[in-house]
Amino acid sequence: MTETAPEATPASPESGTDGPLLEIREISKFFGSVISLQEISTTVRAGQVTCILGDNGAGKSTLIKILSGVYQPDHGQLLMNDVPMTFSTPRESLDAGIATVFQDLAMVPLMAIWRNFFLGSEPTKGWGPFQRFDQEKAKRVTRKEMLDMGIDIRDPDQPVGTLSGGERQSVAIARAVHFGAKLLILDEPTSALGVKQAGVVLKYIVQARDRGLGVIFITHNPHHAYPVGDRFLLLKRGKSLGDFAKSEISRDELTRLMAGGAELEQLAHELDREGGRGGIGAEMAAEVQSLPH
Amino acid sequence: MTATTTATPPPEVRDERVARVGFWRRLLLKPEFGSLIGALVVFVFFATQSSVFWHASGVANWLDPASTYGIMAVVVALLMIGGHFDLSAGVQLGTAGLTTAILTTEYNLVVWVAMLVSLAVCLGLGFLNGYLVIRTGLPSFIITLSTFLMIQGLNLGLTKAITNTVSVGGIDQEPYFGGPEKIFASQVTLFGQKYYIAILWWVVFTIVATYVLMKTRFGNWIFAVGGDETASRNVGVPSNRTTIALFMIVSFAAWFVGQIYLFRLTSIQANAGFGFELIYIAAAVIGGCLLTGGYGSAIGASIGALLIGMTSQGIVYAGWNADWFKFFLGAMLLLAVLTNQIVRKYAEQSRR
Repeated sequence: MTETAPEATPASPESGTDGPLLEIREISKFFGSVISLQEISTTVRAGQVTCILGDNGAGKSTLIKILSGVYQPDHGQLLMNDVPMTFSTPRESLDAGIATVFQDLAMVPLMAIWRNFFLGSEPTKGWGPFQRFDQEKAKRVTRKEMLDMGIDIRDPDQPVGTLSGGERQSVAIARAVHFGAKLLILDEPTSALGVKQAGVVLKYIVQARDRGLGVIFITHNPHHAYPVGDRFLLLKRGKSLGDFAKSEISRDELTRLMAGGAELEQLAHELDREGGRGGIGAEMAAEVQSLPH
Repeated sequence: MTATTTATPPPEVRDERVARVGFWRRLLLKPEFGSLIGALVVFVFFATQSSVFWHASGVANWLDPASTYGIMAVVVALLMIGGHFDLSAGVQLGTAGLTTAILTTEYNLVVWVAMLVSLAVCLGLGFLNGYLVIRTGLPSFIITLSTFLMIQGLNLGLTKAITNTVSVGGIDQEPYFGGPEKIFASQVTLFGQKYYIAILWWVVFTIVATYVLMKTRFGNWIFAVGGDETASRNVGVPSNRTTIALFMIVSFAAWFVGQIYLFRLTSIQANAGFGFELIYIAAAVIGGCLLTGGYGSAIGASIGALLIGMTSQGIVYAGWNADWFKFFLGAMLLLAVLTNQIVRKYAEQSRR
């Protein structure tokens, strides 16, 4: 699978001359007695990809929602270009240049691509009560922005619902880029996709990075994260397992941390005890042994 | 989807991946297509049953109910595309007429002032509907079912308490009656046949609603909020304001139609408009609106109303008992939903 993914250009890490675009400083979030996030920190630089990895329930979604202004953190700080920020609505986060591509992509399936592209920020022409949606411009810009991402859309009048998963992601990313995002947050963009489509989306991530955007790429798949990431934050049950630069961690270590090596060994034992199906447990145990400790 | 096929610049190169969509298929894709065919069939059917049906006097006769249904069907369609229902749309027009009538005849307000108060009352009801829907997050069907019942009760209760009867009349005896009558209830003679001016208003409502829906930002928001409210909110569409505005537009139209009924008949019953809400929804659905929102057309709803108007009068011309109207209405609705479903499947296939 990783073979289809484009490799990160090694030149970019730590090339940013000034401070990080976004710094997350010891963010915590509680829901009643539930600790959803505990003192999470990481940084995102312009022209770099920070991957946030974690299994289900690790707190990835909560973190995104804090960054996109849906939730407010109970402790900790968000700094953009060293300036502390608070986002009390999604709009404020958008205005600060943070664009979030949610898993549902915030697109309306029954509507045409160009209508979706400009949804909420429609260009207008005319005056006063005769002000109207500048549809020619909308169609033109949509086509152009998609071309810039390397996608030749067939027909801007096509409803978004008829696009493939990867194409939909690309529309959402192109939209965020067009509306001046400085920081792009992608929520599990590859999780529902096939191998090939996931590779295509990874290519868009690299493209956005090369255009100088900071990217936060949320995923539970280390094989998707490692090739494109410059920095990796691992979350587990709301706590940070570590925040590594690419030079500090190898792909295998990342995979091992993600999979939770000890838990895998436990699972292997349990499967062995079940006994029945010829050596699945032994196979798994061997796999686990082969991972670096 | 229904987006206008604006002329693309000629140098555009055709993409080989886009199958050429034939004229007929493109026509089928329009949400209003089914209702147009239906209207033609109904027209031909009743025209063969009675020659009066297609003569000027007959046409004026069925255009009249079609016009008042049509004005409401158009705004109800907008609301349905926005993902909501308004079951109180019918009784609100009763409220509108009753308020104007009672304030002029019982409280001696000048007609114009009474009309303004009535408008404010209606817009308030629309706001209340919309506000309750967005605050509670409950289905608008339930919210407006309760406001429908309450308004119905208020219409009857207050009218009886104030006038001791269930109808208010005599508004034509009041000063300044002629002005609003001209606007809402005058008749225009065309080729020797008198037509109510409501037909003109119906056309105006249809054109304005279609323009708003297809050509403005607000129209884009209506489709978006009905198609996926969370998604549209996430990209910054003011979904709450859009929803409230839609309910208030329905109330405005209810006020407008309420004045038409009042000034035409010079009296109004306390139960006016009761039961019409379902006719409006039927017209919108026949016109291609999806019950789930996000899809539909104002022109379609207008044609749906035309179809219903023709049926309601055609039955009489054909010499049948008018009681059969509701049966035909139901049958047409069923037929329309079934055809729409088949057509949409076929149309969607052509996209792949």
